[in-house]
Amino acid sequence: MKSLVCMKVAPKVDQIKFDEVKKTIVREGVENEINEADKNALEAALSLKETHGGTVTVISMGPPSFEPYLRLAVSMGADDAILLSDRAFAAADTFATSRVLAQAIKKVGLFDLVFCGEASSDGSTEQVPSSIAEWLGVPQITYANNIKIEDSKVVGRRVITGGYEIIESQLPVLVSVELGANTPRFPDFRRKRWADKEFKLTVWNIQDLGLNPNDVGLLGSYTIVKELKSLPAPARKGEFVTGSPQEIAKKLAQVIKASA
Amino acid sequence: MSQILLQKEEGKEENMNGHEIFVFIEQTDGTIEDVSLEVLGKAREIADKLGGSVTAVLFGENVESLTGEVAKSGADLVLYGESSLLKDYTTEAYAKVFEAQIRKRKPDVLLIGATHNGASLAASLAIKLGSGLMAHVIDLEIESDTGKLLGSVPGFGGSIVSVCKCSKGDIEMATVRPGIFKQREPSTSRIGVIQRIEADLKPEDKKCKVLERSVKRTEELARTERVVVAGLGCRGELSLPKELAEDIGGSLGVSRPLADKGLVPKDKVVGSTGSSLNAKLAIVLGVSGAAHFSSGIRDVKTVIAINTDSNSQIFKLADYCVKGDLFEILPYLTAELESSSK
Repeated sequence: MKSLVCMKVAPKVDQIKFDEVKKTIVREGVENEINEADKNALEAALSLKETHGGTVTVISMGPPSFEPYLRLAVSMGADDAILLSDRAFAAADTFATSRVLAQAIKKVGLFDLVFCGEASSDGSTEQVPSSIAEWLGVPQITYANNIKIEDSKVVGRRVITGGYEIIESQLPVLVSVELGANTPRFPDFRRKRWADKEFKLTVWNIQDLGLNPNDVGLLGSYTIVKELKSLPAPARKGEFVTGSPQEIAKKLAQVIKASA
Repeated sequence: MSQILLQKEEGKEENMNGHEIFVFIEQTDGTIEDVSLEVLGKAREIADKLGGSVTAVLFGENVESLTGEVAKSGADLVLYGESSLLKDYTTEAYAKVFEAQIRKRKPDVLLIGATHNGASLAASLAIKLGSGLMAHVIDLEIESDTGKLLGSVPGFGGSIVSVCKCSKGDIEMATVRPGIFKQREPSTSRIGVIQRIEADLKPEDKKCKVLERSVKRTEELARTERVVVAGLGCRGELSLPKELAEDIGGSLGVSRPLADKGLVPKDKVVGSTGSSLNAKLAIVLGVSGAAHFSSGIRDVKTVIAINTDSNSQIFKLADYCVKGDLFEILPYLTAELESSSK
């Protein structure tokens, strides 16, 4: 099995602040992390490798400062890691992002599986996995868990409205992995030392990918942001209800009835 | 009545430049997703404002019987395509037949309910068509000077909204979050035109196959009036929260970590990685209230929170705060509610 895992490095959402005057997102001082669902995607690829052999390559688009996160993925067990880094890639929407990732996957060559997390914690559009599948012209199993290989086909359990379905696909296929589908492994300590010091990370820029500057980043995006707004927190009473459990229950019952 | 509407349809044929909004109607095993009819209702409102028309598009194996309901819920034209290869939703097959229809009719706007199927379909179509796609919008407006669609796209855990528009491509696309817009009351006097369309598919167009499906139709959290939300503080013991949910005539939701433990299905998650509630009442039990959770109860009218930690963030998000052990309080509360309902 040759697997590729698309990984996003995202800011920790809890630390994001909004500048009400400039109407921009304050990113200074905000820590980054590997997007949680992408860790589930990596784990899914690594556990398939354990059963069926093969290789796992991680691909991420972002600035050089994302390097340590790719090395972290290698120390978790990825065989190779590629950073797609170019100033021209900046400020991309999902159209331009998926185009760059798909182009890199094509450059890597033949593959059996492309894994993505189902969504990013910051943008949460859920669009990139299906878009990559479309650029590559391969089938897709989105929002999946319990991913297995059976008779050289992929079988996954796909979460849908009100339940799930079991879906089978020919290879090659793109799989987007459900957030929390598995428990991502910790980095291996000895491997980490190697990943940090000796592992040679591949970095590709726009020329390496043979892409036109008009097709990537802000220029290659098909949506634009007109303005940013923060949603004001709703005004809440914040009234503490006190007393014995019986008294509290009585008061809450009144609130519940009044809210009908 | 039908004559009048037919004339209107003929008028549209003459003026192919009139604003046409496509709405994808998603059905599974013959049941239309609520969000599809919600989107249809919003599309109707926009079309009426712009003097345009609404075309609903529906695929499946045997879906003609569903078209009447769709027409009554706001569509001027219902296009339906049938094939045994469309019996189960798969993105590749649905995107292929849908793309053909869009290239043929060249609508101005395409709106799709943001279910998992809808989000995958939309993202695939956007690439096929070379079109912008706004994700899971919570509001849709028309920009006055350009007539373009403005979508409010929530991000960063739901606390920040970006107002977006499509800047390239021949069609403007958006997926729409479930539970935001209202369905129209089906109107029996409304008679849309129903038209069967070609669904040109070959077995080799379909590399995925649905082997099995298990769906329980319960009311979606986004549309439930009263919700009890259980968090980690319930220590996996959900019988009391469930009983309380029954007593208030509502349903049970959970915070993300509980669903990750596999105790409840993922569609019961409240927060930015699940549903946003629009309830009149939410009783939040043992939930800490992190940012990704708070957006899920933002639009709830009255919030009651019970938590053992008086410094818990959840108390900043609640109208009625109880610092205490929910296992001590709930038995009294359910008894109180049950006795007074007799």
